[in-house]
Amino acid sequence: MSVIQLAGIERVFHLGDSVVHALTGLDVAIDAGEYVAIMGPSGSGKSTLLNLLGLLDRPDAGSYQLEGRDVTTLSPDEQAAVRSRRIGFVFQSFHLVPRLTAAENVGLPMMLAGIPAAERAQRVQQALKDFGLDQRADHRPDQLSGGQRQRVAIARATIMQPAVLLADEPTGNLDRATGDDVIHLLEELNQRGMTLIIVTHDPKIGTRAKRQLLMEDGELRHDSARAASPAAAT
Amino acid sequence: MRNADVLRFARDAAAGYPLRTSLSVLAMAIGVAAVVVLTSLGDGARRYVVEQFSALGSNLVIVLPGRSATGGFSPANALTTTPRDLTVDDAFALTRLPSARRVAPLAAGNSEINANGRLREVVVAGTASTYLDIRSFKMAQGHFLPEADWSRGAPVAVIGSKLQEEIFGNRPAVGELIRLGDRRLRIVGVLKSVGQGLGMNTDEVIFVPVGVAQSLFNTNTLFRVLIEARSRDEIEVVKREVAAMLKARHGGEEDITVITQDAVLATFDKLLRALTAAVAGIAAISLAVAGILVMNVMLVAVTQRTAEIGLLKALGARAATIRNAFMAEAAMLSLVGAITGYGLGLFGAFVLRQMYPVFPAYPPDWAVIAALATALGTGMLFGIMPARRAARLDPVQALMKH
Repeated sequence: MSVIQLAGIERVFHLGDSVVHALTGLDVAIDAGEYVAIMGPSGSGKSTLLNLLGLLDRPDAGSYQLEGRDVTTLSPDEQAAVRSRRIGFVFQSFHLVPRLTAAENVGLPMMLAGIPAAERAQRVQQALKDFGLDQRADHRPDQLSGGQRQRVAIARATIMQPAVLLADEPTGNLDRATGDDVIHLLEELNQRGMTLIIVTHDPKIGTRAKRQLLMEDGELRHDSARAASPAAAT
Repeated sequence: MRNADVLRFARDAAAGYPLRTSLSVLAMAIGVAAVVVLTSLGDGARRYVVEQFSALGSNLVIVLPGRSATGGFSPANALTTTPRDLTVDDAFALTRLPSARRVAPLAAGNSEINANGRLREVVVAGTASTYLDIRSFKMAQGHFLPEADWSRGAPVAVIGSKLQEEIFGNRPAVGELIRLGDRRLRIVGVLKSVGQGLGMNTDEVIFVPVGVAQSLFNTNTLFRVLIEARSRDEIEVVKREVAAMLKARHGGEEDITVITQDAVLATFDKLLRALTAAVAGIAAISLAVAGILVMNVMLVAVTQRTAEIGLLKALGARAATIRNAFMAEAAMLSLVGAITGYGLGLFGAFVLRQMYPVFPAYPPDWAVIAALATALGTGMLFGIMPARRAARLDPVQALMKH
């Protein structure tokens, strides 16, 4: 069964008088446990697609089914609940809260979800151990290296055990070696069954994924799972 | 998000920007402190006056010549009726009223006292033996004016404690002969110090029999007649009876004014309460200013933390959660500011009391409650707008700000 099912997705931006079609006629299905890279030049719509998948943005037309449930018609609060429990985000610039410690940053999604403090502490401790951060629990982000920061961010993204992990250029602010570490970490999570979707314009990272979606001018140009030739739906 | 977590999150957020937080706390504190100190001043003035009046004596009814208290000044009145003088005979007639326990005439004027080789200007009060009890004065040495016929008067005098100090120093004054104007009088007593009493410092007054004062000033009118009612309930009876009797004695003219301590007190009390409220109102403006400052601080906070708000939304925070977190932060700034300001205000009032010990500068309860409530209220009110702005931020846009 597809964890994500997009059908006829349209997203239009109005910039002054001009109309920009960020996404047009998008039909994609992603199965549970898949490892997908969304690639394309800047402005191709890959970030818009990721925002839609993360329920941070709404399509102007089309339907989005997450785990068999139509999520485009949900109220903002219901969408927030879905983001809280079913979606994890990893950002290029980490987006850690600077005044909170690593442990507090990891615990943030659970705090927002209203999970009791005792349970939070226990789960945060386990997560920090799993990600090799147990010596860094009380460090603030500015006391951590780039790779450690991204590990904290990944720990935070996965602490609620989401169905889908969305990563937007997760290695964009890291050097080669730490970037590779982060990719390996994400792939490990994927091997344990988490659906992983990475947006990147780095072909080396993109080709590591089992499936590539190539975006161009708001359209899906190529889907490696469907055909070998660049003949996507138009 | 649990309430305890909301509060903790807001507290950490406020603590994360110490300069901004302390500035808005300071503004709120100054506002609250201003209200506390200014109302302490106003209410202190009220208490001071009330205490002064209470010092006059209890159940006091005062008769003064001329009709002015209720009608105010009217030119027609001034031209057509010359108020008849209040005389010693009038005062003596009032002693026959059953509701009056004591009656004391009072004639007043300025003269020179010459004693022990020193010369001094003094206020002379011509009165009778009853005056001591009506005003609840105490003697330091000797006794007060003797009981005698009011129209005659023995050549004796009683002086206030300050006069004794200035003229005789440490020497005993009782028994000394003094010259007052063209009279020679013997001092029979010295009053205990009572301090300031309604513009007239009793410690600097020389008391002589009313007959002596009238012949000294060559007049037969009285400045006041003081009457002590038998009880508090009989004050109104005394007032009515005095008015009726003097009207009869003055040929049907209502040419005297009877005032009671309660009425005067109530007027001053009302006046000074209004003044205190007005001052509190002025000080409250600074609270509104502080509220606006809190709003600005929160707006800056929303702008500074736009990326964080986007992140919270991405992590599943509902709009209401974000609004609550920012409201809690605004409320905390206001609360801490209000409490700090309350402390500052109490300290200010304490300093005032140390500097002017006679002045009871305590903030009234209502002002404290109103100041704290206004501080919290404005802080919250002005916190709504930034909090709503934060809650409405588009997460995609917010996340791009970094």
